[in-house]
Amino acid sequence: MINPLRPIGGAFLAFLATTGRLAMFSVNGVSHCVRPPFYGRQLLRQVIEIGFFTLPVVGLTAIFAGMVLALQSYTGFARFSAEGAIANVVVLSITRELGPVLGGLMIAGRIGAAMAAEIGTMRVTEQVDALTTLSTNPMKYLVAPRLIAGTLMLPLVVFIADIIGVFGGYLVSVYKLGFNPSNYLQNTWEFMEAIDVISGLVKASVFGFITTLMGCYHGYYSGGGAQGVGKATTNAVVSASILILCFNYILTLLFFTKDVAG
Amino acid sequence: MSQDNAAKIRLSGVRKTFAGGRKVVLDHVDLDIGKGESVVIIGGSGTGKSVTIKCMLGLLKPDSGSITIDGKEVTTMSPTDREDINRQVGMLFQAAALFDSLPVWENVAFGLLARKQCTRNDARDIAAEKLRLVGLAPDVLDLSPAELSGGMQKRVGLARAIATNPEIIFFDEPTTGLDPIMADVINNLIVHVNQTVGATAVTITHDMASARKIGDRIAMLYNGRIIWAGPTDAIDHSDNEYVDQFIHGRADGPIKMAVRG
Repeated sequence: MINPLRPIGGAFLAFLATTGRLAMFSVNGVSHCVRPPFYGRQLLRQVIEIGFFTLPVVGLTAIFAGMVLALQSYTGFARFSAEGAIANVVVLSITRELGPVLGGLMIAGRIGAAMAAEIGTMRVTEQVDALTTLSTNPMKYLVAPRLIAGTLMLPLVVFIADIIGVFGGYLVSVYKLGFNPSNYLQNTWEFMEAIDVISGLVKASVFGFITTLMGCYHGYYSGGGAQGVGKATTNAVVSASILILCFNYILTLLFFTKDVAG
Repeated sequence: MSQDNAAKIRLSGVRKTFAGGRKVVLDHVDLDIGKGESVVIIGGSGTGKSVTIKCMLGLLKPDSGSITIDGKEVTTMSPTDREDINRQVGMLFQAAALFDSLPVWENVAFGLLARKQCTRNDARDIAAEKLRLVGLAPDVLDLSPAELSGGMQKRVGLARAIATNPEIIFFDEPTTGLDPIMADVINNLIVHVNQTVGATAVTITHDMASARKIGDRIAMLYNGRIIWAGPTDAIDHSDNEYVDQFIHGRADGPIKMAVRG
């Protein structure tokens, strides 16, 4: 008779093994980010890939998020004659939450998947082994530049997305809802605090690290040919998305606990 | 098996298992490879040829046993020391394993650029020279690996393996997937570069024509052990029924293929 606890124990042990392997991979990856040699060309390639080529998709997401936010806020706040707070709601929501979270999720879909697929294909076609035989540490050549680029570039992308998102809210408020442009901009500027933007950028940096880490990790340990690479790609996107949402809560708690308690 | 004390590579009692020890792939493999010698390891699919070469390269760690290169134990080395050992190693992978994101010349010169042994301009010149050695014209320098045929990719892989003038070159199934003429071209190139570079060569293959042409010595791997090793011209008189069955490609004999019904 099979012990019913056995599969549960097996799954728990597998979870612990995966967590341990991920933790070691993270520490190893970070340690290679700060130890020479550095591969400048690889880093530049990733910086362009993350910082430049993701701008259109993140920008589009941000502008529509800002526009929808303005519309939704208007329909809600009009019931309390509080339409004047729309500018505040838009800038607060975009800089604190929607910019980094939507940016992070879009990057997870675009960059995390691409990294897992690229490194996974390199793994199954023995290109990762080839790096080792050429005296090149794959962690240093493949993983470290991606981690650095993701951590540094996502805040920049999100900062631009914040501006675009606020501009989206401005467009709807001014041209559809008939707000006074200078009043709207003044409200936005006066209500916004440095901590709103900074917290969003710190979140973006963490999300950039998570996304690139998941892409690299799942790609690095993928196997089983095309099916294995496909699975690695899916796992990279799903795990990065879940971790982004989890860490969003944790970081929000860390930044704004005082406000909540107060 | 040669018991030469000056063996360039020596495997002693190498054991490697998978699936938590349930699947034994290498079971006390002993093999000495002399300096400048070309040794071919033959054996059927799944007998552990690739695992043997990966253990020598440091891509897999044996469960037990010893592997020495120039007398240095490599199985317990730190990654940094292993990188130093790999500086004297070249490897031609079965499917060439060229880097998709780099043009042909950067693939060939990768080892030189990684070791910062020369400038990019000099590395490009060396890549052109190595490509000429394997019969490729300079007009492939800026092509992407995806634009090359299988045979050309193998040649580029060979050029990459010899670009740093290594002391040891590993060849993993160098003729698999090639037509007979291209396979012979690759065999000739391997013999030529071995003579030119003067390197110790370790080849794994199940292509007997290739093994006879490339090898000074042949070792046969079966059931995780080296069951026969000797000079290439002695393989036809090995007095080993396993070797006889393998080199003549007979279905009947002591070697039974695992066929699932």
